[in-house]
Amino acid sequence: MESRIFDELREIVGPRGLITSREELHTYECDGLTNFRVLPRAVLLPDSTEQVQKIVRVCHREKIPFVARGSGTGLSGGALPVENGIVISLTRMNKILEVDFANARVVVEPGVINLDVTGRVAPQEYFYAPDPSSQSICSIGGNVAENSGGAHCLKYGFTTTHVLGLEVVLADGSLVHLGGKTLDTPGYDLMGVFVGSEGTLGIATKIILRVVKRPECVRTLLAAFPSANEAGAAVSDTIAAGMLPAAIEMMDNLAIQAAEAAVHANYPNCGALLLVELDGPAAEVAALMAHVDAICKKNGAWEIRVAQSDAERALVWKGRKAAFAAMGRISPNYIVQDGVIPRTELPNVMREIGRLSREAGLRVANVFHAGDGNLHPLVLYDRKIPGQEETAEALSSRILELCIAAGGSITGEHGVGEDKKKMMSKMYSEPDLETMQRVRCAFDPLQLSNPSKMFPTPRLCGEKPGEYVAHPLETAGIVERF
Amino acid sequence: MDASVSAKATANTFENDVREIVTAKYVRAAVASDAVAGAQPRLVVEPGSELELAKVLKLANAAGLAVIPRGGGTKLEWGNRPARADVILSTAQLHRVIEHAWADLTVSVEAGCTIARLQETLAKHGQRLALDALWPERATVGGVLSTNDSGALRLRFGSLRDLVIGVTLVLADGTVASSGGRVVKNVAGYDLPKLVTGALGTLGIITRAFFRLHPLPKETRTVSCVTEDVREAQRLVTAIQNSKLAHSALQICCEAEMQPRVDLLFEGTDAGLMAQVEQVKSLMRSATIADAGDAWNARQAIHSAGKQRESEFAAAKFATLPAQMAEAIETMARLSGAGVRWKVATQATGIGWARLEGAAPAVESMLREFRACLERFGGSLVVAHRPPGMAELDAWGSAGDALPLMSAVRRQFDPQGTLNTGRFVGGI
Repeated sequence: MESRIFDELREIVGPRGLITSREELHTYECDGLTNFRVLPRAVLLPDSTEQVQKIVRVCHREKIPFVARGSGTGLSGGALPVENGIVISLTRMNKILEVDFANARVVVEPGVINLDVTGRVAPQEYFYAPDPSSQSICSIGGNVAENSGGAHCLKYGFTTTHVLGLEVVLADGSLVHLGGKTLDTPGYDLMGVFVGSEGTLGIATKIILRVVKRPECVRTLLAAFPSANEAGAAVSDTIAAGMLPAAIEMMDNLAIQAAEAAVHANYPNCGALLLVELDGPAAEVAALMAHVDAICKKNGAWEIRVAQSDAERALVWKGRKAAFAAMGRISPNYIVQDGVIPRTELPNVMREIGRLSREAGLRVANVFHAGDGNLHPLVLYDRKIPGQEETAEALSSRILELCIAAGGSITGEHGVGEDKKKMMSKMYSEPDLETMQRVRCAFDPLQLSNPSKMFPTPRLCGEKPGEYVAHPLETAGIVERF
Repeated sequence: MDASVSAKATANTFENDVREIVTAKYVRAAVASDAVAGAQPRLVVEPGSELELAKVLKLANAAGLAVIPRGGGTKLEWGNRPARADVILSTAQLHRVIEHAWADLTVSVEAGCTIARLQETLAKHGQRLALDALWPERATVGGVLSTNDSGALRLRFGSLRDLVIGVTLVLADGTVASSGGRVVKNVAGYDLPKLVTGALGTLGIITRAFFRLHPLPKETRTVSCVTEDVREAQRLVTAIQNSKLAHSALQICCEAEMQPRVDLLFEGTDAGLMAQVEQVKSLMRSATIADAGDAWNARQAIHSAGKQRESEFAAAKFATLPAQMAEAIETMARLSGAGVRWKVATQATGIGWARLEGAAPAVESMLREFRACLERFGGSLVVAHRPPGMAELDAWGSAGDALPLMSAVRRQFDPQGTLNTGRFVGGI
């Protein structure tokens, strides 16, 4: 990159908004998935939409690829820099711009931390529902890019359910507004396709969120089962009984041990732990809690506890949310996966994971959002043992293939990013992927915005936007346009 | 060869080719009742499978013929008059419920299946698609998705964008593509189910869909309350929304020279409902309580011709902020003046439906002014039913600064403008 470009970029963001020194650039070489690392040419720290637009215009003119980055907590390499590209870090755009309680809307900049939205509206008894485990550090902009989930998505839906409008800087630097404060704005639901597009369609610079009223009552039940089979049956019975809990989480023994070692959540030592949270009107919750309790007992739960206070509830969740990080207590290295299966396939898939784990000679800890079939198998290994990392990666891919074979998905909330793009062609056919990339070509024909992510093979955007191409039959005079 | 002769020749060749693909009895000349918003197509084709549909569409696209997808035909008049209309491509033969995976709370269904038939199948296992669509007996899955039709249950369960988890669609060039799938949680690739929801068939013809399902409620109660005026109705709605009640639907129904009525729907266990109904009585001065919910037919009533002839009313969907519903209703009442009778059903989401009866010019000017007022505050108005004299009124209103991007998406999916051309927002 020529020095005149650096000068121009410095002019836009000021000397403190441009990072070019090697040591400092290392901070940005990866996201939460640390086994992929690329050093960017520069990192820009804009503090306004105008600055983002100016930076992107320079990139467009000079054909420099760019990657937007929030807090860098993503687990699929979505914010991994690209060779010879720049990183646009949105951390300085961290203002909550507007809180409108009458309409339950909050307008934020992309660098705002997820939990800070809830923090801001909590005094009026509202909360922001999507709750990824990293919610105390991850940014809303990143959540939008990944369509982040969390334990309570089962009832409340994902990020996409709670985003109503976006201000987006497109890859040519132009600004568009998708959706809005009101619902069903006329035209295509481009906001719906932008959420979860992993930074490949542009950069969100303003986000209109919906916040939700706190339920009257929240109860969390903890049930200890001999194994995941019995716990899985209890989940199926709960759903079959017509209940929609706020969350149903499952942890296996290895995950319980790790969580205990890390945060002393006081979990029972059992084969599989089920955590069921119900919320709503007190009378309704009481009636349903009794039902869940009976279902757990029927399926062999040997210990059932209901968190009695907010503090107890917080501790129960702390153990669950710390589960990934806690793996460090029981293994030097681990790979987190994010497969999804139809809930009913749980016993089969668990059995197969167990078999594959034994074959590979590696331990696999399991943490699931059991209610919606989202598995987080954690493949434990030691990088120092030659060949073990490769074995772990192979095992991890085999697990995703199992999920696809069971009719599921390779990712429920972490995204495809760099990590799983090769798996996309196992899940989707060529025409499926080609069709998705038509969207990309409409948004970013030069493919500058987070290129090389999500798709195994990028599609060439042959069509020039705006240009009408006459049909061969038309050229030949066989048909006419009328 | 002049234009009409050459076009006719192309259509004849196309018709012969189509007969090779689709059983002869499923290809017929279009009649007057097949007209779409005043445009008369020439041919109606009902392919027997997704593959047949793809072949027919590919042929039509290659022949430069304009195609209009059709499900139950209940909302075919929504959108602008087609710029061209040659072939109606019907999904009537694609009517199977493919798999109701009840233990997973999902269903896969062909696009031509009616909503009523789908719900009947789901009810066998105590489940439902949590959507109260218009004309469920005739409206199809594909049509409901393409028009993004949803009713009062949206407050609790979201609209179709929150319920659809996968689609298969056939693009104008015959490409068959799927996105999403049978699991409720899935972020692999772009969310095309959302993109095609509400796209009025302009990006491709939906042939199959996967939905997430909800249990049928054990018990329901509707609580209704007549209020002094719309301001009081708004205050009541805001208070309910601000409370910790867990209701499934909440609406204000109102018409010229009548007092507004607020309806509230509870679903759940008997114990939960009783407690909530007690709570709500403290917010409402006078309330009537019913097990059945006739109140929830209000949106359908707005669209039904009833005693009027089709030429005598207009129906429109409008969007405001939830706290501005009263303002919107008052604006409408003010604009309607003496010559236009009006009736609305607005939901606590801020989405409302209005019916206007009167002379076409008066109704048209009222709709234009009402749209302008709504758009000033970030809202919108989309006209669904128009009497014949109002064909020039744009159905959609402004798509804002995203219109060029929308056009670019359309060109990627349907570069020749084969599908529903000219019908969507901004002439797309």
